[in-house]
Amino acid sequence: MAESLILIEHDRQQVKRPSLHAITLAQQLGGNYALLVVGHGLDGIAASLVSYGASAVVVADDPALAEPLADRYAMVIAEAARRLGAKTILGTSSTFSKDVLPRAAALLDAPMVTDVIAIEKMDGSISYRRPINAGSMFANVKVEGDRRVLTVRATAFEPPAANAAPCPISHFDFDAASLPNGMQFISREERRSDRPDLTEARVVVSGGRPLKDKETFERLVGRLADALGGAIGATRAAVDAGMAPNDYQIGQTGKIIAPELYIALGISGAIQHLAGIKDSRIIVAINKDPDAPIFQMATYALVGDLYQIVPQLIESIRRA
Amino acid sequence: MKILVSFKSVPDPNDVAVAGAAVSTPKSVINSFDEIAIEEALRIRERGEATEIVGVTIGVSAVDEQIRSALAMGVDRAIRVDDSRALDPYAVARILGAVVKKEAPHVVIMGKQAVDDDSNQVGQMLAGLLGWPQATFVSKIEFLDNKTRARCTRETDAGLEVIEVNLPAIITTDLRLNEPRYVSLPGLIKARRKPIEVLTCDQLGVTVRPLTTVLSIARPPKRPAGTRVESVEELIMKLRQEAKVL
Ligand SMILES: Cc1cc2nc3c(=O)[nH]c(=O)nc-3n(C[C@H](O)[C@H](O)[C@H](O)COP(=O)(O)OP(=O)(O)OC[C@H]3O[C@@H](n4cnc5c(N)ncnc54)[C@H](O)[C@@H]3O)c2cc1C
Repeated sequence: MAESLILIEHDRQQVKRPSLHAITLAQQLGGNYALLVVGHGLDGIAASLVSYGASAVVVADDPALAEPLADRYAMVIAEAARRLGAKTILGTSSTFSKDVLPRAAALLDAPMVTDVIAIEKMDGSISYRRPINAGSMFANVKVEGDRRVLTVRATAFEPPAANAAPCPISHFDFDAASLPNGMQFISREERRSDRPDLTEARVVVSGGRPLKDKETFERLVGRLADALGGAIGATRAAVDAGMAPNDYQIGQTGKIIAPELYIALGISGAIQHLAGIKDSRIIVAINKDPDAPIFQMATYALVGDLYQIVPQLIESIRRA
Repeated sequence: MKILVSFKSVPDPNDVAVAGAAVSTPKSVINSFDEIAIEEALRIRERGEATEIVGVTIGVSAVDEQIRSALAMGVDRAIRVDDSRALDPYAVARILGAVVKKEAPHVVIMGKQAVDDDSNQVGQMLAGLLGWPQATFVSKIEFLDNKTRARCTRETDAGLEVIEVNLPAIITTDLRLNEPRYVSLPGLIKARRKPIEVLTCDQLGVTVRPLTTVLSIARPPKRPAGTRVESVEELIMKLRQEAKVL
């Protein structure tokens, strides 16, 4: 039995750290919680999860689950939630969770709240705060029924401590032959980068439409990021123009970041982009248009041509 | 092949205000991701792979304006499920599920999220309810094997993923899939003659009750006004001494 069940995301080698932040929300909700890992060849991953204060690490490991196909995963998650009697099923707001958890919610006949950033407890009932309209507003949402599915925005919750006494690892037995067969994995194209992960980086440098092409983008945005030991981000316009891959996209429909320092190079500041950078502590904007909307959100605004300014910036950071 | 496209009428994202526990807007539009879904259906038909495109939306008669836009883009006919309640994504998925059962399309295409509630749930829930395969956040669709399967490229946090789904299936669209066309004048004139069927949940034989209620909506606190710096030197100095991030 577990009050909450947390879906932990991994890349087949290790746990994706942002998915651990959902544990912090489970702790705030109260009651015991179990961690669920789904996939194949999960021994190492399961072992790395035993100290987060869970009642158990539940492992659904089978060759049929080697790839994250939503029809199979959702069925396993729903079945695990039922068997454990979990009232709240949680995950992080990643494309993975957003693919499988709403489907699991439907199988459980349960409502779902996406992108929870805080909870509020009042007279024994709980409401969830979440951003809407590209983060320009917050809604407070109440949910009825005895089961619910939530995804949490990792940047809004602290990472949990891993200092509890180890919990047991239990294998989740199910009939793999009964899983649906309507989806097939074909291929995956992932970049491996030496730069820090966008959603965990302390510094993010990102570029917009005026960066022209891949080479220019790398020469200016990439080098400035490297000088600061930071990650790279991009606007949708830069992604669409082929300057940067889609997983660099920051915003309403891209990644949500919360670095110490965010540097926006040639970015107008469309509401959909701002949605992803609002939680940055310091925002620097460099734009040649003094009226660019990004300046309304910038901590430091520098009006000018990025083609002149960025090389100077790289130079002075290197000199220091 | 028959394609069902669902679309939501949303406040124009460039012009929204808060009014109590709801947002208010002088103008509604078709959710941009749903517009991409409509465009994709039209292109599939233009390639000769589809014969009929049926649009579906839920709402009161005010959404007929967005239905007319969809019909003007080229959708063949439309269904409006008449419901005035503030429905949550699960309730929407259940209503759409009833429409899918009635219409029996080969594929349902819809936006990956609505830009007002940003929930990103309906397509996946609908697929779960129907027991159909799903391809979410899709930036490319190809039909294979005499249209019994679709090969879809999905945009994920880590890059791109290609999957195949047996049809019937649910596909949700990402931004890069296409660039929606503008509504033409002849399109608008033609749209006036196209049928809109109005159905109720009762007629569809589905009872839903929203389980999620929005209690309040508020604007987040504004960030304090920033400082204008005049040079790279000044910027570096501020980042070091004031912000202490370098
Ligand atoms: C449904 C939907 C969802 C979306 N989701 C996202 C999202 O998640 N993320 C996102 O980023 N966008 C998103 N967009 C797109 C968004 O609306 C904007 O179009 C996009 O963010 C603009 O990108 P940009 O700032 O790079 O380009 P532009 O708006 O073209 O701005 C370029 C800026 O660069 C400045 N500039 C030009 N040359 C120079 C120079 N030499 N030096 C300095 N400055 C210069 C210009 O003054 C201008 O301000 C979405 C759009 C829709 C419709």
